[in-house]
Amino acid sequence: MTDLAHIRNFSIVAHIDHGKSTLADRLIQETGTVQDRDMKEQMLDAMDIERERGITIKANTVRLEYKADDGETYILNLIDTPGHVDFAYEVSRSMRAVEGSLLVVDSTQGVEAQTLANVYQAIDADHEIVPVFNKIDLPASDVSRVAEQVEDVIGIDASGAIAVSAKTGQGIHEVLESIVHHLPAPKGTRDAPLKAMLVDSWYDAYLGVIVLVRIMDGVLKKGERIKMMQNGSIHHVDRIGVFRPQMEAVDELGPGEIGFLTASIKQVRDTRVGDTITHEKKGCERPLPGFKPSVPVVFCGLFPVDSSEFEDLRDAIEKLALNDASFSYEMETSAALGFGFRCGFLGLLHLEVIRDRIEREYDIDLITTAPSVVYHIYMRDGTMRELHNPADMPDLTHVDHIEEPRIKATILVPDEFLGDVLKLCQDRRGIQEELTYAGSRAMVVYDLPLNEVVFDFYDRLKSVTKGYASFDYQMTGYREDVLVKMQILVNDEPVDALSTMVHRDRAEMRGRAMVEKLKDLIPRHMFKIPIQAAIGGKVIARETLSALRKDVTAKCYGGDATRKRKLLDKQKAGKKKMRQFGKVDIPQEAFISALKMDS
Amino acid sequence: MPAVLDEDWRNGGFGLYVHWPFCQAKCPYCDFNSHVSREIDQSAWVRAYLSEIARVAEETPGRVLTSIFFGGGTPSLMAPETVAAVIDAARAHWPFSNDIEITLEANPGSVEVGRFAGYRDAGVNRVSMGIQALNDADLRRLGRIHTVAEARAALDVARSCFDRVSFDLIYARQDQTMDAWRTELTEALEMALDHLSLYQLTIEQGTAFGDRYNAGRLRGLPDDDLSADMYLVTQELCAKYGLPAYEVSNHAAPGAESRHNLIYWRYGDYAGIGPGAHGRITQGAVRYATESIRAPAAWLQAVSRGTGECVRMPLSPQDQGSEYLMMGMRLREGLDIERYAHLSGWPLPQPRIDRLLELGMIRISDRRVMATDAGRPVLNAILRDLLVD
Repeated sequence: MTDLAHIRNFSIVAHIDHGKSTLADRLIQETGTVQDRDMKEQMLDAMDIERERGITIKANTVRLEYKADDGETYILNLIDTPGHVDFAYEVSRSMRAVEGSLLVVDSTQGVEAQTLANVYQAIDADHEIVPVFNKIDLPASDVSRVAEQVEDVIGIDASGAIAVSAKTGQGIHEVLESIVHHLPAPKGTRDAPLKAMLVDSWYDAYLGVIVLVRIMDGVLKKGERIKMMQNGSIHHVDRIGVFRPQMEAVDELGPGEIGFLTASIKQVRDTRVGDTITHEKKGCERPLPGFKPSVPVVFCGLFPVDSSEFEDLRDAIEKLALNDASFSYEMETSAALGFGFRCGFLGLLHLEVIRDRIEREYDIDLITTAPSVVYHIYMRDGTMRELHNPADMPDLTHVDHIEEPRIKATILVPDEFLGDVLKLCQDRRGIQEELTYAGSRAMVVYDLPLNEVVFDFYDRLKSVTKGYASFDYQMTGYREDVLVKMQILVNDEPVDALSTMVHRDRAEMRGRAMVEKLKDLIPRHMFKIPIQAAIGGKVIARETLSALRKDVTAKCYGGDATRKRKLLDKQKAGKKKMRQFGKVDIPQEAFISALKMDS
Repeated sequence: MPAVLDEDWRNGGFGLYVHWPFCQAKCPYCDFNSHVSREIDQSAWVRAYLSEIARVAEETPGRVLTSIFFGGGTPSLMAPETVAAVIDAARAHWPFSNDIEITLEANPGSVEVGRFAGYRDAGVNRVSMGIQALNDADLRRLGRIHTVAEARAALDVARSCFDRVSFDLIYARQDQTMDAWRTELTEALEMALDHLSLYQLTIEQGTAFGDRYNAGRLRGLPDDDLSADMYLVTQELCAKYGLPAYEVSNHAAPGAESRHNLIYWRYGDYAGIGPGAHGRITQGAVRYATESIRAPAAWLQAVSRGTGECVRMPLSPQDQGSEYLMMGMRLREGLDIERYAHLSGWPLPQPRIDRLLELGMIRISDRRVMATDAGRPVLNAILRDLLVD
């Protein structure tokens, strides 16, 4: 155990590509935590998807031992947090587990949207913040401009900012010194009852669930019996340790320390992020504030392109769910798509990450159906049904009214983009609640239907504000509105997987947008294909995909036979990745892409 | 029944393909195995071709040769003596059919034309000339080093030397309008003897055009609708001039079809020699796909050590069925339904046949299935439907 004065806990806040991972790599290297020969790029991003997309999905942590210029050795715990609005709650918990943040800003770019969302989380958590201006080795670097921006836009003092190049290593030593001297040491009482925050957890095939904890008060030792305060479950701790970044066992974890425990827990579901862990006996009385159970807000169907892969899909989903408590699933049958699963997610990025992992790690081609929120259908007989899937919409004659979930969305945006943001929120059926200014930045608060936000709102927001808006939301409740089920007919046959719930007033527009999109997404066939949007029996939009007119190889002689045969075989395989509806092949990506709106 | 399988190639005949890999300049659209070289030791090439002919002849004893085709590259850069030596060697190893067709691909340049009489004396009886366009600006854009006037003169010489002369044009070129093509094609039909190959410009990867296309710098290419219309007009005009299409891009007066190319499309056997040449050879009950080393120097060296061949792959019944389908459906005469079933071990998929019939893309007559005039322009879509999963 280390005394509190020699511990510093911190996170790194940064926009994608501003160099968070490279800085983390340098800190790991500079402190000699990992031997040079064992270093690889982006040490902390474990999954391929994290590395490729430059996002962090799970909190990662590493414990660094640093001998400072004052001759003392400090323990520095770095928590690397997810940086997307889907995981805002997870981020807030990680932030609560540390006392300070490094705010990394690319000195060639300046402050951007994602930086803001996360830096406000850090400010909310009362962090001490050290600005770090990266990429000073590049000619376009402009440290004084970025410093000014940080003071103006974020409103924090940039006088202690450190100019670094994570690439060349310049300034890294100063960063470490600043962590030691500017970030506060954690507080906590060793003699108090154990109070530890569950920061994150994941499943390991050998050890069971690994729980990342921050000890607030008290001491955690191997062999003790602990209690999860949310559900009261009791576990026997069989291992505790720290990450350097690989696991290393320790005898105990004291106040201020960050480490892991294992306790033969079989499902991640039993370990809720933000929960408080204490001892079974003589535990603390009150849990840490701020716990929220994670509730899936977006649902969609996942079906195997090749229906014979259903069992493989079941296997993949069960395995992923072991490691992700925020992801729910149940079996679903679709007339067109056969057997699959209806799955619930925290948001669209979460959905895409899970889908990518199934496709990549389990090698299953998927059809993802239109995402939907959970509607409350009030029946004439007084009962209420939850609707997760527009295909299950009951007969309208039995429906009294429908309610949809609403959110309170907070958007921070530079003045110049305010008009576009207001228009976007207005177009998405938003009701303005607040509009205030902070310097040249506006903060708008809107009451919006979740259904309008869940799909591509964030992408649109980023695009109309060139990435300068930050966005966060909370669920507020349900409200009645005029909602209808819109069906899509391809070649006169309804495709249930493309059904969506829409507001009556926006149905024509959405319908038109969808049929236009589908016209581009479906390849031309040997015959013309009508594509229609309909409500009930009434067609509200229609496009016709004209017939394929030219697809023939001009030259094919003896020397071409092998190559052309392989080409056709490949095209044939590509065709298999499409799903047949009646006589029409629809590519798997069409089910999601058709919903993306350009305005 | 086994006898039928063993001898399937007989339905298409047996020919010899000889690849000459050199050109004076590389055309920007061409993805064939061609190289520009200043020094060519023709005697070394003669030795190598003769050695390869002897090698493949040993595997195909007693077969009657119905065609020899000199392709390239630019075979009209071969010395007539080289051509004569190859033809003589072939004659020494295989009996020639009475009506053997011996074709040489020629560039319509003035130098090449001087060799035409020599080729005739060597035994060549058909030339196929790469004229490609009938206006000088477009010829330059296609990277051709001849002019229209030279092409016309070359064609005249060719007609005086050979009974059978064909030429190629490339259409659906950059900035080409329908009217311009109609005029050019009419002119070509006036010039033509009894055979024409009319190819829509195809952008192949690994060519100069391909690179330019990928970089977004190849502009003015016709869209699908215009190229489809151009294809239709081409069919109409050629038919009117007595040169109907017998294959996707080939037109001939009845009886004047390229016998050599019919071997490919009727899925016969062919020995391929020379750098990068492909072959299909049946031995016992197995049909092999063969390939030779692509690089000319490496091929020469390999031949001197025994064989230029670098690939010899047995084709499964399914592969053979696919190849027969892919090749046979290019022909107006289509393919033999029973032969296909014998070859692939599986009949054509009936539900898809029915659907394609219903759409008017194919028709069936006399136990053969063929693409209709509506189906031929979208043949790849038909093939994707019919190929075995």
